[in-house]
Amino acid sequence: MISILRSIWFTFLHAFHKRETQGYPEKKPYLPPRYRGRIILSRDPDGKERCVACNLCAAACPVDCIALQAANDYNERRYPLFFRINFSRCIFCGFCEEACPTYAIQLIPDFEMGEYDRQNMVYEKENLLISGEGKYHGYNFYKVAGVDMGVKGIGKGENEEPPVDLKDLIH
Amino acid sequence: MEVIMVKIQIDGTFYEVNPDKNLLHTCLALGFDIPYFCFHPALGSVGACRMCAVKKFANADDKKGRIVMSCMEPVTDGLIISTSDPDIKVFRAAVIESLMTNHPHDCPICDEGGECHLQDMTVMSGHNYRRFVFKKRTYSNQYLGPFIHHEMNRCIQCYRCVRFYRDYAGGRDLAVSGSANHVYFGRQTEGALESEFSGNLIEVCPTGVFTDKTLKEHYTRKWDMTYAPSICIQCSAGCNITVGERYGSVRRILSRYNGAVNGYFLCDRGRFGYLSTNSPERIKGIMVRDPQENIQKEISRDGYLSVINSAIIGKKIAGIGSPVASLEANFALEAMVGRENFYHGIDGEKFDLERTAIQILKNSSVHSPSLKEIERSDAVLILGEDPAISAPMIALAVRQASRNRSIRMAAKSGIPSWNDAAVRELAQKIKSPVFIATPLTTSLDDLAELRYNSPTSDIARLGSVISSIIDKIEPLSAGSDKSLNDIAQRIAGVLMDAENPVIITGLQHNDKKVLQAAANITAALHHNGKKPSISIIFPECNSLGLALMEGGSLDNLFEVILQGDVETLIILENDLYKRADKKKVDSIFKKCKNVIVLDSLLNETSKQADILLPSGTFAESTGTIVSSEGRGQRYYRVLPVNGHIKDSWKHISEMIEITGISKDLHWEHFDDIVASFTDSYPFFSKIREIIPGSEFRFFNEKIARQTIRFSGRTAMNANDSVSEPKPPGDDDSPLSFSMEGYKGVPPSDLVSYYWSPGWNSVQATNKYMDEPYGSAKGGNPGVLLFDHKT
Ligand code: SF4
Ligand code: SF4
Ligand code: SF4
Ligand code: SF4
Ligand code: FES
Repeated sequence: MISILRSIWFTFLHAFHKRETQGYPEKKPYLPPRYRGRIILSRDPDGKERCVACNLCAAACPVDCIALQAANDYNERRYPLFFRINFSRCIFCGFCEEACPTYAIQLIPDFEMGEYDRQNMVYEKENLLISGEGKYHGYNFYKVAGVDMGVKGIGKGENEEPPVDLKDLIH
Repeated sequence: MEVIMVKIQIDGTFYEVNPDKNLLHTCLALGFDIPYFCFHPALGSVGACRMCAVKKFANADDKKGRIVMSCMEPVTDGLIISTSDPDIKVFRAAVIESLMTNHPHDCPICDEGGECHLQDMTVMSGHNYRRFVFKKRTYSNQYLGPFIHHEMNRCIQCYRCVRFYRDYAGGRDLAVSGSANHVYFGRQTEGALESEFSGNLIEVCPTGVFTDKTLKEHYTRKWDMTYAPSICIQCSAGCNITVGERYGSVRRILSRYNGAVNGYFLCDRGRFGYLSTNSPERIKGIMVRDPQENIQKEISRDGYLSVINSAIIGKKIAGIGSPVASLEANFALEAMVGRENFYHGIDGEKFDLERTAIQILKNSSVHSPSLKEIERSDAVLILGEDPAISAPMIALAVRQASRNRSIRMAAKSGIPSWNDAAVRELAQKIKSPVFIATPLTTSLDDLAELRYNSPTSDIARLGSVISSIIDKIEPLSAGSDKSLNDIAQRIAGVLMDAENPVIITGLQHNDKKVLQAAANITAALHHNGKKPSISIIFPECNSLGLALMEGGSLDNLFEVILQGDVETLIILENDLYKRADKKKVDSIFKKCKNVIVLDSLLNETSKQADILLPSGTFAESTGTIVSSEGRGQRYYRVLPVNGHIKDSWKHISEMIEITGISKDLHWEHFDDIVASFTDSYPFFSKIREIIPGSEFRFFNEKIARQTIRFSGRTAMNANDSVSEPKPPGDDDSPLSFSMEGYKGVPPSDLVSYYWSPGWNSVQATNKYMDEPYGSAKGGNPGVLLFDHKT
């Protein structure tokens, strides 16, 4: 008996609580920056594609919904020839973002991806690539790598000595 | 040779082991995971990298022990070691950390990534975070030709590359330069690598310094490829390969371990010769010649039914087989046209030679050596054939054979064969006898104790003088030629002193007398109580297999056609213009009303076809071929059936079915045709008995062509349709086209790729054999058809 009255009392109190129901879609909810929503591919500070087609995101993906093909541009710079995510499979786990060594692939606070036709859930690179750096600023993988792929020459990096002179006998 | 085993104690457990091997080799064979870089089972030890440390204890009471390099440690009775002592862990972590100080931040764009021995060893040794804060040393790279990409920053100075390239393969244009922290591995000046074995650097180098440039063009990670076990079709040595595929095209070829044949290596022709399978010139549809416009046009299935019926039903047909097509494809054609109408598709001269070669091989006193046996022989005579051109891996085996004297010499001084640098230092220029009698110079000339460059008629004469000397008969015709006599004396003397001499000859120069002379030398040695063997190098990958079948030569066919009653000619994977005089070939095409060609690429012959059927290459079909050794081996398709491209035997089987010309011939699956073939040719019955058929299951499972971490499964076809297709089935083999199936170590004929937990690089190969560089687990792939083998 007491417990029933107690329940009625608490239920009554809820009438004065702040409303949880949101006025979506008229009113957009606040989502924190690290919310794992729609996936994008970002660009480096120089405006070039960040993705170096290493395939690590694809390997990390538990549902295998990322497929890409590596290619080399005229500077031998590695980039993805195509990059496809099948969002009808994606579980928004964020593993791909964690695996990515270049900050290229990022999950952003946007979940409005509903489609009537499932085929439209397949996103190609042109649907994924944004024009900015996304959540992480300032990083350009090719500036810290050892290779010369048209971004910085060998031995020109901040943490690098100039290339060894093979004809030098002093060393 | 009987080996007396010794007892050693590793981590508290006793093992009986072979004392001829070093400790690292022994531990790897026992399944211990010990990190290493500079040791390679085929190259031996030099102790350069210091990764393979273990702790050795003086006796059971010694609790302190001392750190030794296991690759440089002989195995002795009573040896006590620990592979996991805390001191060792610290030591290894320090070594890998120092090796990594200059290593670039390249993994994501490094083509070695995911199959990198350096990554594996770094993880295995527990070096996770870089503490090195200073600047890294860098190197400029070199252009090394169209096959190999050079990225020197990634080098860890293990010296494997130069040890393989120079010491093992005899190359001269790759070397080490510099000193201290500036050691550089490259050429003196930029330029294409000269060695015909340069591609092995890709697999030998434990890092991404040398990577596959052909793979780079369509780069795919190791785990993302679908693989199938296959056999190289570029020559008759029968090297085992693994073919990697993704998105419907072949991505690369790696060597597949066969302890009796190619071991860990391949020649460049075999490794890089795959690009034609991806050619835009491939024949994809069924083409039929339009009589009005006189061009070949793709035709619908219905159209095909009617043209094939009118070309075959009631017609007099002849079939031309091919020494590059599988036994099964050749047999299908032979069965369809009838044995008396089947021709081998090689000219009369070669045909004759092959018959002679088979007579020699079928002789029970003759032994045809495997490449491994050539490597072990103590004297080699090369007679009228340049193996470096006709079967490069045989040349590489001869190069190893030339070391045997120095290895024995070292053994006398107490230096074990695995102590590579010491053996080579002791040997200097000492080599086992290799005699080279060829018309032209060869890339093996640096090994030759004696070279005889002369036309093949002289070489045949030299051969017959040698055999007469061995048999102590007066030489027939050499009386006048003193120098030839002297040479023959010397060679005969050395061959007689040898234990297991090998005579290498072949069909390269179309000289039957050379073949016979080589056979006579072998026979003479045999009579004199030696254990000689003769390696006859056949021109193409299945020349020997085809030669073992019935049929006539092209010249026979030309006669038959010119007499005029052949109406339809079926040509199997063969460009006749490369086999016979253009005029003759033109004339038979003019005479035959219907020319049906099965081929994969457009060439002069396939352009002449009235009906052109797209046959699968080695990557799109399954078949058995016979190497020069007499080893029957199977290659499996890596690409599922796609459109009209099919195994040639399937096209033929379909033709039979459509036209109804035979009620008895019906092959649904690969096993059916193998059965029908071996029934008809009992000589080949072992192929059916020993090579696993499609019903074979390993622990109740098919064997997976895909790796465990194959990615993109639900996205790779999503551009076509968001619903994933069912993985293609494979009724022709015990392999599956998906990642489902057995993933451990399957029987060696069915190994698609090498992987083992913690071993992502090609070094995982060692987990697939009895011991490193031993025979593959469960026996080396293939069946030996000439069974008088010792
Ligand atoms: S969020 Fe998870 S499921 Fe989605 S693509 Fe990334 S790894 Fe795959
Ligand atoms: S992990 Fe990052 S860099 Fe690598 S392929 Fe994926 S998005 Fe590109
Ligand atoms: S060699 Fe290995 S460790 Fe070095 S960058 Fe390449 S993949 Fe990474
Ligand atoms: S290039 Fe490769 S094989 Fe040669 S020393 Fe360097 S790491 Fe070793
Ligand atoms: S493997 Fe033993 S020192 Fe390199």
